[in-house]
Amino acid sequence: MLIKGKVWRFGNDVDTDAIIPARYLNTSDPEELAKHIMEDADRDFPNKVKAGDIIVAGKNFGCGSSREHAPIVIKAAGIQAVIAKSFARIFYRNAFNIGLPIFESAEAAEKIKEADEIEIDADNGIIRNVTTRKTYKANPIPPFMQELISAGGLVEWTKRKLKVVVQENNP
Amino acid sequence: MTITEKILAAHSGKKKVSPNELINAKVDLILANDITAPIAISEFKKIGAKDVFNKDRITLIPDHFAPQKDIKAAEQCKMLRDFSREYNLSLYFEVGRMGIEHALLPEEGLVVPGDLVIGADSHTCTYGALGAFSTGVGSTDVAAAMATGECWFKVPESTKFIYYGKLNKWAGGKDLILHTIGDIGVDGALYRAMEFEGETIGNLPMHGRLTMCNMAIEAGGKNGIIVPDKITKSYVRNRAKRPYIFYKSDKDSHYVEIREYDCSKIPLTVACPHLPSNVRPAAELFEVTIDQVVIGSCTNGRFEDLLEAATVIKGRKINPNVRMIVIPATQKIYRQAMKKGLLDIFIEAEAVVSTPTCGPCLGGHMGILAKGERAIATTNRNFVGRMGHRESEVYLSNPAVAAASAVLGRIGIPEELGL
Repeated sequence: MLIKGKVWRFGNDVDTDAIIPARYLNTSDPEELAKHIMEDADRDFPNKVKAGDIIVAGKNFGCGSSREHAPIVIKAAGIQAVIAKSFARIFYRNAFNIGLPIFESAEAAEKIKEADEIEIDADNGIIRNVTTRKTYKANPIPPFMQELISAGGLVEWTKRKLKVVVQENNP
Repeated sequence: MTITEKILAAHSGKKKVSPNELINAKVDLILANDITAPIAISEFKKIGAKDVFNKDRITLIPDHFAPQKDIKAAEQCKMLRDFSREYNLSLYFEVGRMGIEHALLPEEGLVVPGDLVIGADSHTCTYGALGAFSTGVGSTDVAAAMATGECWFKVPESTKFIYYGKLNKWAGGKDLILHTIGDIGVDGALYRAMEFEGETIGNLPMHGRLTMCNMAIEAGGKNGIIVPDKITKSYVRNRAKRPYIFYKSDKDSHYVEIREYDCSKIPLTVACPHLPSNVRPAAELFEVTIDQVVIGSCTNGRFEDLLEAATVIKGRKINPNVRMIVIPATQKIYRQAMKKGLLDIFIEAEAVVSTPTCGPCLGGHMGILAKGERAIATTNRNFVGRMGHRESEVYLSNPAVAAASAVLGRIGIPEELGL
C-alpha cells in the first residue's frame, strides 16, 4: 500500500483531549466528531485539514484517555496516516484495531516539516519525503499487528477466530 | 517472574511469559462506560457473536456524563441500559446504584487480587492496588473480549519504584505518584508495568494505593501494581465476590529499571498546567489564585479523601472568590460521608456536594471552567481544555491541598491554616 499526502506537524505528548475534547463525546458519530479534530491544539485545524493529509508528530502521540474516538476522528477527517516518534500504548492498539495506519520513526518525526509532501510505502515501512527527497525507515510492525491489518481490523479478525472455534466444536 | 508476568501467564495458560511476548489471555472482568461502551456495543454487533462470553463478567457503568447531562448523553446511557437488558448482564449499574467505575468496582468486591481486568477507560489501571493486572484498552478491544472472553497483550517490561521513609504531614499517595510522574515524565513508563513497593507502600492505606495505581497511565504505564499484603487482605476480605489469589514477584524477577524515593523529601506536590509531569511543591505556588476547587474523581473521590478535605475545611469558609465542588465517588461513599457529618462540614463551609459522576474531571458537566478560569482539583489530568475552555487551567493536588486552597483563595497548604 502506498500512502501519499501533505503533512501537518504537531509536537510531543499530543493528548487525546487535544485530538478530540471530551466535551464533544456525548456522541459517537464519526462525522460529527471530526468537526472538532485537534481543535484544542490548533483551533483552525478542522477547517484546514483535507482528506488525504498525513499527521507527523513527536513522542507519546495519543497519550491520556483510552477513547477510541481519537483514532476514529483522525480517520473520519480523511487523514491517511500518522507518523510519530512514539505512540501512547492505548492509542497504538486502538489504531491497529480500527485500521488507522500509524508508523513509528524517530528520524522522520524529527526531519519532516509542515506542508512537506511525503510518500509511505506501508508494506516495507519506508517513508519518502518527496519535497526534500530524503528517505526514512519506520520501525517494523510486529507480526500480530500485520495480521490485524491484513484481516481489516480487530472486528474482522475476531469474526474469523469465532468461525474457527465454531468449526472446531462442530467438526 | 514479576507479579504482572505471573498473572498474565496464569491467564494465558502458560507456565512462563517474558517481556515483549505477545499473548492471548482470558479476562476476568470487562468494563466500559457511557462514553466508550456505545462504540463497543456497535462493534460487538458487527462481530455477529450469538451471545456475550459471560453475562456476569461484563460491567457497563454510566458515570462520565451521568446523571444524563443532555439528550445526546442520555441516548448514550440508554444504549448501555438496553444492551445490558438484551444480553441479561448482571453488572449494569443505574444512576442511584452506580458510582465512578474505578471507585465502585473495588468497593463492591467485583475486582479481586489476581484478576486480569480490561476496561475501555484509561484509569482501569487503578485495580493494580489490589494486586490485579488491569489495564485500559479501546472500545473495539472490549467488543472483541465481550464476544470471546479474551484479549491480546504484549507482556510489558517492569519498572520497580521503591518508596522508603516517613511521609510528610498531609502527604499521601497523590503526592507520591505526582512526584514520580514529575521525575520520569508522561511517557517515562511507556508500555511498562509500574510496580510500587517499599516500606512506605507497606504502610500506605488502600485509598492511597488506589490513587497511585490510578495514575500509572499518566506516566504512560500499561499497569500499576502492588504486591498484596495485610492491607490488601483486610480490604478484600469482606468484599470479594469471587475467590482471589495473592501473587508476588519472585526474588530473581527482572526489572528494566529500579528507582528509589526517600518520601521524607517529597513535599506536598502540585502538577501545574498542562501536563501531570509539570510538578512543583505546593508551598511554592502561593501566588496562584483560583476560581474553583474540585474534590472527587476516580483518583481521589473515596471516603478517606473526603475526610481529609473535611478535616481541613471544618469550621472555615470557602474563600468568597472560590466555588468548591465535592463529588463522592460512589453512593456508599456519599452515604458514609453523610453519616459521619462530612457533608454538613462542606455545606457549612459553602461548598456544594454533587451526586457521583466523573463530571468536571473531563470537562463534561457539574463545574466547567470559563475562559481564563483556574481550578485546583484532586483529579488526574490537566491537559489543555480538560475541565472546560481551552484557555482555562487545571492544577492537580491531593485533597488536603485542594481544600486548603479553597479557603485561601489561592494555592496553599494546610500548614498555612495552622493545621
